[in-house]
Parts: sequence; structure tokens; C-alpha cells
Amino acid sequence: MRLSKLIKPALLATGLTAGLGLSAWAQAADTIKVGILHSLSGTMAISETTLKDTMLMLIAEQNKKGGLLGKQIEAVVVDPASNWPLFAEKARELLTKDKVAAVFGCWTSVSRKSVLPVFEELNGLLFYPVQYEGEESSKNVFYTGAAPNQQAIPAVDYLMDQGVQRWVLAGTDYVYPRTTNKILEAYLKGKGVAQEDILINYTPFGHSDWQSIVADIKKFGSAGKKTAVVSTINGDANVPFYKELGNQGVSAEDIPVVAFSVGEEELSGIDTKPLVGHLAAWNYFMSVDAPANAAFIEQWHEFTKNPKRVTNDPMEAHFIGFNLWVKAVEKAGTTDPDKVIDAMIGLETPNLTGGVAKMLPNHHITKPVLIGEIQGDGQFSVVWETEGLVPGDAWSDFLEGSRDIEADWVTLKCGNYNTKTKTCSGQNF
Amino acid sequence: MTLFSRLLLVLLLGCAAIPTAGAADPPPAPAPLDQTPPASGDPAAVSVASAASAPVEPVSASGASPTPASVGTASAFVASAAPQAAALPAPPPDPSPFAAALPLLLDSKFPVKEQAVERLAASGDARVEGLFTALLAGELYQLKADGRLVIARGQEGDQAVREVLSDAPLSGIGTQELKKITLNNRMRGQLKTALARLDLSHADAGRRLAAVTSLMSDPGGANPDLLRARLTQEDAAEVRDALGLVLALLDLNSPDAQARLAALPRLRDALHPPVRTALTQLLERETDGQVKAAASRVLTHIEGRVHWYGQLETLFFGLSLGSVLVLAAIGLAITFGVMGVINMAHGELMMLGAYTTYVIQQLLPGHIGLSLFLAIPAAFVVAGLVGILIERGVIRFLYGRPLETLLATFGISLILQQLVRSIFSPLNRSVETPAWMSGSWQVNEVLSLTLNRLVIIGFCLLVFALLYLILNRTRLGLQVRAVSQNRAMARAMGVRSQWVDAMTFGLGSGIAGVAGVALSQLTNVGPNLGQSYIIDSFMVVVFGGVGNLWGTLVAGLGLGVANKLLEPWAGAVLAKILVLVFIILFIQKRPKGLFPQKGRAAT
Repeated sequence: MRLSKLIKPALLATGLTAGLGLSAWAQAADTIKVGILHSLSGTMAISETTLKDTMLMLIAEQNKKGGLLGKQIEAVVVDPASNWPLFAEKARELLTKDKVAAVFGCWTSVSRKSVLPVFEELNGLLFYPVQYEGEESSKNVFYTGAAPNQQAIPAVDYLMDQGVQRWVLAGTDYVYPRTTNKILEAYLKGKGVAQEDILINYTPFGHSDWQSIVADIKKFGSAGKKTAVVSTINGDANVPFYKELGNQGVSAEDIPVVAFSVGEEELSGIDTKPLVGHLAAWNYFMSVDAPANAAFIEQWHEFTKNPKRVTNDPMEAHFIGFNLWVKAVEKAGTTDPDKVIDAMIGLETPNLTGGVAKMLPNHHITKPVLIGEIQGDGQFSVVWETEGLVPGDAWSDFLEGSRDIEADWVTLKCGNYNTKTKTCSGQNF
Repeated sequence: MTLFSRLLLVLLLGCAAIPTAGAADPPPAPAPLDQTPPASGDPAAVSVASAASAPVEPVSASGASPTPASVGTASAFVASAAPQAAALPAPPPDPSPFAAALPLLLDSKFPVKEQAVERLAASGDARVEGLFTALLAGELYQLKADGRLVIARGQEGDQAVREVLSDAPLSGIGTQELKKITLNNRMRGQLKTALARLDLSHADAGRRLAAVTSLMSDPGGANPDLLRARLTQEDAAEVRDALGLVLALLDLNSPDAQARLAALPRLRDALHPPVRTALTQLLERETDGQVKAAASRVLTHIEGRVHWYGQLETLFFGLSLGSVLVLAAIGLAITFGVMGVINMAHGELMMLGAYTTYVIQQLLPGHIGLSLFLAIPAAFVVAGLVGILIERGVIRFLYGRPLETLLATFGISLILQQLVRSIFSPLNRSVETPAWMSGSWQVNEVLSLTLNRLVIIGFCLLVFALLYLILNRTRLGLQVRAVSQNRAMARAMGVRSQWVDAMTFGLGSGIAGVAGVALSQLTNVGPNLGQSYIIDSFMVVVFGGVGNLWGTLVAGLGLGVANKLLEPWAGAVLAKILVLVFIILFIQKRPKGLFPQKGRAAT
């Protein structure tokens, strides 16, 4: 008796779910699928979960406007769990099993490098939203984050303008900081900075004991020349780093720290009062006073139902990337990757800071570069910005070997064309 | 001179002088307060006046006889603070240089604002201190309606707004009507220097000391005669020493070789970085052989002392890293060392302790210090209970099967991590640090010990002492040791071995929770907190010798110091690798660690 009582609702529930599943399936035939490849667990979850939410918000918004090509967009969320090989597996699953029209995802460069062969093999479409080290241009990837000439180089120029003569390049020990620092070192030396005025330091992921490094920076900076730290420290190692800076009394007037991976999200975990004046270089800040930005922030707060959630630069990159993709699909009239890739070049969409993002033939976009100072409330106040927009340069002009390489998917049909040997190596490295 | 002709002169000068300040379109009438004033000179004049240390008449009438706590007198100590108006035949009585420079702060370009700060600082006006303090604190706003500068203090909706020029309170002004005056680092530096110099004759000796210290990095801007006058009045010894140093630094620039030579011995004991910079620069340009030799001796002496303090600092860093290692490992020394359970979830128990701190801080907003103290027992209880649960639920079925225990506890660690992710979100949580744990204890100019690290070293020793007492002086401790040495015999003696197992595991886990409280003050409170410490913890316990608390203490501190000694020349990554390689080699030679258990306990 008791058993049957239990079974009845259970059956009912099963029937219901089956029905729902069926209707969802029936609907699925009429949707355009978009893959979201961001870690929802593991080390990178801290940064990437926000991007998954951003994508869900953008897709919901587009569906409210009537979808795309008369169809609704369906998000397919997978969790690569901060595990680089798993990124490749999940990407393959999205492209072959779910047959998604485009994928928005990845954060670390190592995860992008891991999925790159999959997208090239299966001719997929990846939108990569994070600032990175450059030296890459794939036919199947659109880079909506900043290339080094859109972040690192302008930041160093700003500091030079402020009278900085000695440089500490501190970074996490992996591909992005190492390549960026290589570019910066070459750039600084080209500007006449002596070897003994450059200190390079690498630390492992998640480093938490910054005492001696901060003390070294202090010593390096007390030699009478104005000193600055260029930080490519990534992930949550930043929190103890900034805490130590505050505790050891390294103030921004004496030794400013300019960071390339610290945004509003990362600062939301720290008391920023001792850090006021330290800098970050991005292409977007939440504090930028522009109507498009205000609307985006309001939409984000409404979507997350949390009026305190912050927005950040990679979110803007996804905003731009998604809008460009929508425009390209509308222009091509199909979601076929080859046609979308061709339609994409030259498209423009407004960014959130009042400018226009244009997709360039090298699959990078135009961006403004902003330098912001950390404020007591965890936000940034913009102290400098480039005049107009900076086009992204895939191959750095300051590195030996990369100087002669060009990416152009329209006329050259190549991501790594060597202008000296006039060959296309067909390889990203 | 008539008022009209004076104004004309002023206007002409202004037109030629300040192109950046919008003076290309000069006001035809006597400048009202909110318009660009032409009177007080151009940027070039400012820098000329500050570069030349020629005596310029001080701004205040009090002249050379300084009276304490007067702003005008304070600025008279500094030649750069002399008014540029001196260059003009007749300074206009109104508008004052202060009111004149003020509107430049509204400009959106930072170079213009920097110039404004410079001119304001030079104006010697009594309102400068209040204005600069507000600007530095981010309390200076402009009214969007008419561009008047106001200082707004207090919370949103309940702000006290005062006008800068008239100091009159304004009411009924909402946050939307205000626009913040933004700063950059250069301005911050300028403001701090200017404020510090106003403090030269402040009643508080600490403020005076800071003011004199700020002069050290730029002694060229100081007027030696006035500093000497100040020296005779000064009663605080520290401030007198600092003043003496500034004067000695000034003497280094003297054209007279004897004066330079005489200044050197006075700098012998100064560890301030500007002194070293000044000496290095002196060595580069000095032509007199005697002075050069003496300067080189003094510099070597100072650098020797700096080096010695650097070694002390490294030792401190090492001990502090070591104390964190000990805290993380000491709970494991019980569960792994005494009981022999390989508990891969040990790190997650620390994470639970850190989250407990976070929760208690959320429950007691505004009582950061108190919540931290309450978090210690709370974290012990939470982590201890979870530990007992793990022991009763899983581990007790797996005693004697280390591989299965390892896998099962690893699984538990993943479950706990995801649990925390689901409850608290994957984002890191911010745990606030009480004021008494922020900042550092300045031992001298080159050695400062961060307070949070000092507190944690003390806390680590305290936890160690308590645990040692529990294991050696209590009944539970006796039973724990008995069970771990010979389970069958202990049971035969009437010890409830299962209960002891649960309690021991709970104790080890609870200590892990307490370590989590300490870690919440140093690093991120996030789901991955535990993972970063688990390897280090096992390393310390194995190195120190399984089952030996003293071994854990010595190993933890020793590894910390070794790591920090290696770090300067090997880098953080290589230092860790070298330490790991060393431990592997050491364990090959002495498999039982530093302090192996002897006698019956060893079998």
C-alpha cells in the first residue's frame, strides 16, 4: 500500500519529465546551438564562471529580441574543470555531438592551445575573450581580448611617461607571462633601459608567500631611480601579493604596480584601501561613464539578481564577440563556419566604452586602451587612455622571429605569413 | 598704481603664461573666483622659483622667527613653497593665489591638476591643509551645477558638505549632484609631500618626524638656515637626528670640500635609502680624493649594516613561512603521524576552518578582531566534527589499508570542495584583517616586520604548545599514545580504542581547522585553499619524522628558512624544487625522518 502510494507520484513525475524532455527535443530541431566552454570547477572557476553567466545572459537577451535567423539560440554548457586536456575533449564533444554553431570559451592560454587543434581539425568557431600573449592567429579562432600591443605596451609607455626608469617584471610561471615579459623586455631595451634596471621574477600558480619577493621589489626600488612593477601574476595569487604589498607599505606613489590580469572581479576579494593608486591596464573598466556600459551593468545586475556583482574586461570581450557573431550570421544568412568566418571580417559593433570594435583580417579587434588606478571601493578610476582605438596585432613587432610575420585571413589566407621568405608556415607557435 | 592698471598687468601676464589653463580666452573683467586667474604665474615660474634656492621672501608675515603650528611658518622652511608672486611687481590682493589656482583642479587633464596642486601648495594659504587632506581621502567633489569645489564627508545620503572657498556648509546636496575630483599617483605624491611639509612645526613629534623624513629624499628644496633654526627649538631627539641628517645631506652638495668631509661622519649610522642614494651620487661626481675615500668608507659601512639587516629579514621570512607550514602540518602530525591514516582531505579541513572564519565575520559585522577570536574555537569544533564524521563514516572501515584510505579521503576532499563551491560560490571570499594585524613594525629604516606574520608565528607556537600539553599531560593524550603504540595491549587495558580513534582524528582535524583561521589572514579563502597546502603538510611530517611533534616543528621551521634562503638566488619555483629534491634524498638516507621514534614506539 505504502509502496504504491510512493510509486504513483514517482510515475507521474517521470511522465512529466519525459514529456518535458520530448518538447525540449522537438524545440531543439529549431534552435541554433552555442557552446560555452568555461571551467565551472577547479582553479579557474573563480574567473570563468562569471563568463558562463555572461554568455547565458547575452543569449537570453538575443532570444528575447527574436533569436537569430528566426530561430532561438540554445546554450550548451560544459565544464572542462580547469583541466587543460579536458578542454580539448569537451570541445570535441561540443563540435561533433552537440554540433554547436560557435563556441565561446577558454581563459588561460594553455587551455586555448589545448583546444586549438580540435577547432582546426573539425572547422569549428571559437571566440576567445581574454587578453593574451599574441603570437597566434588561427582561422577558426576570433580573439576578442587584447593582444600585447593593446595592453602591455601602452601600459609601459604610460609609466615611462610618468618617469619610471627601473622595471620589475613579475609573473606567474606559464606561457602568457613568459611571452609577454619577453616582448616587454625587448621593448624596454629598445627604449634604452639597461639590463641592470630590469628585474624579472616568476612564481608558481597560486603562490601565497610573497614576503621575500615584495622585499626584493622594495630593495630594487630604493636605488634612487623611479621604479614600477609590471605584473602578469595571474589568478588568485594576486590576493596575497597585494596584501603583502599593503602590509610592507609599498605605496603606489613610490613603486606603482601595473597589472594585466587584475580586474574588478579579482579585487572583490580584497580590502583595496592600502592599494589605492596601483594600476591596471585593460580595455574596459566597470567605472567607465558611457550609456552602453550603464545599460550593460543594469542588465547584468538584473540577470544575476545581485546589485553588487561587478563587471570586467573579459565580459565586455564576450559581449563584443557574441554581437559580432550574431551580425556575421545574419550577414551570411547561415551558421556555416566558413561563411561566418568570411562574413565576420570588417564587421563593426559598439563596445561598452563608447567606441567601436571592428573585426580585423588577423581575427583580432580594435580596442581602446585604458589605464585605471585602484580606488578604495574596489573600482578603477581611469587616469589615461589612448587617443582612439588600437588595432590588435597578432605578431609582436618587438620580438625576433615574430617581427616579419603577418596574419591576414582575407588577402593572404594565412595566420603566419613570413614577409621575408614569403611563405605561410601554417603553424601557430 | 591704480587698481585698473594692476589688473591690466595681471591679465597680460596671465595671457602669456597659462595656455593650458584655458587662458587663451582671458576674462575681460576682474576674474571671479571660479575662473582661471592669471595672477600667480605660469608653470615655468613655479619651477624656477623652486629650483633656485635663493632666499625668497616667505609668504607669511611672521618671517624668520618661526612660531609653532602656523601654516605660514611651516611653508617658510621650504624654499619651493615661496610665493611666485614675488616675481611680480605687486601681488593682487584679490583673488588670492589659493582661490586662483583652485579651478585648475577641475580640469580633466592630470598635468593641469598637478600644476594646480603645486600652486596651491605654494600659496601658503591656511585652507590648503584641509583641501589637500580631503583631496587625498577622495572627499573633494565639484558641484555638477556650477563647478564649485566642495568637501563632502560621511556616508551616502548623510553627507556633510562644505564649500572649499568660503568653508560655508551647504545643505540639500545629493550624491548625484557631485562629481569626484580624481587623482593620480603623481598628485598623491605631491599632496603627501606638501602635507608633510606643513607638519614641520606640528605639535605632534611623530608628524614632525614624518615631515623631516620626507625632506630627505629632496633636500634641495629645503632652506638650511630655517632648518637650523628649527633644530635649536626641537626637543624630540628623533626629530633632531633626522633634521641633522637632512642638514648633512645638504652639506654634501656644498661647494666647500671641508664641509662635505665634515658632513660624512654624521651620515655614518643613517640607514635611510636617500642617504645611500646621495652617497652613491657623491662618489660619482666627487673630485676631492679625501672626500671620496671618506664617502666610500661611510657607504661601505652603511651597506654592511643594510646587508646584515637583510639577513635578519630573510630569517624572519623563513620563520614565518615555516610557522605556516607547521600550522598546516601539525594536525596531520596527529592523524598521519600518530594514527597512520593518510588523510588527503586534511587540506579541505583547513579550508573549512577558513570558511568558518568568513561566516563568523559575516555574522558579526563591525567586530573584525572579536570575530577572529571567536573563529578559533568555532573552526576547531566545525573541522573537528567533520573529521569525526569522516573517521566514523569512512576511515574506520579502512584501517590497515593505506591505499584505499588514500583514495577514499581524496574523494572526500573533492566532495568537500564542491560542497563549498555550491554553498559559497566558486569565487573567493574576502576575510577582513583586523587593524592590529595590518601594516608592519618598523624596527629601523631597512628592517620592518609585518604584523600579520608576527602574530601568526606567535599563534603557531601557541598551538604547538597546547597540542604538546594535550598529548603529554592529559588522559586523552595518554590513550592516544597507547593505542598508536600497541592497539591490542591498550584494548586489553580497557582503553576504548574506537572512541580514541575518533577523538584523535577529531583533534587532528580540529587543529587543521584552527590552521585555516590563520591561513584566512594570509591567503585566499576559496575552495582550492586546501589543495595548495596538502603536499607541503605531508612533506613536513615525513621530513620531521612520523609520530613526533617536535620533528614537525623543527622540520617546518627548517624548511621555511631553507626555502627563503634559496629563494633570492634560485627564484621561488626552483627553490621549491630544490627543497623537494633535498627531502627525497634525505628520506633515502634516513627513511624515518629527522627524529625517528625509538624503542618500543618505533615498532
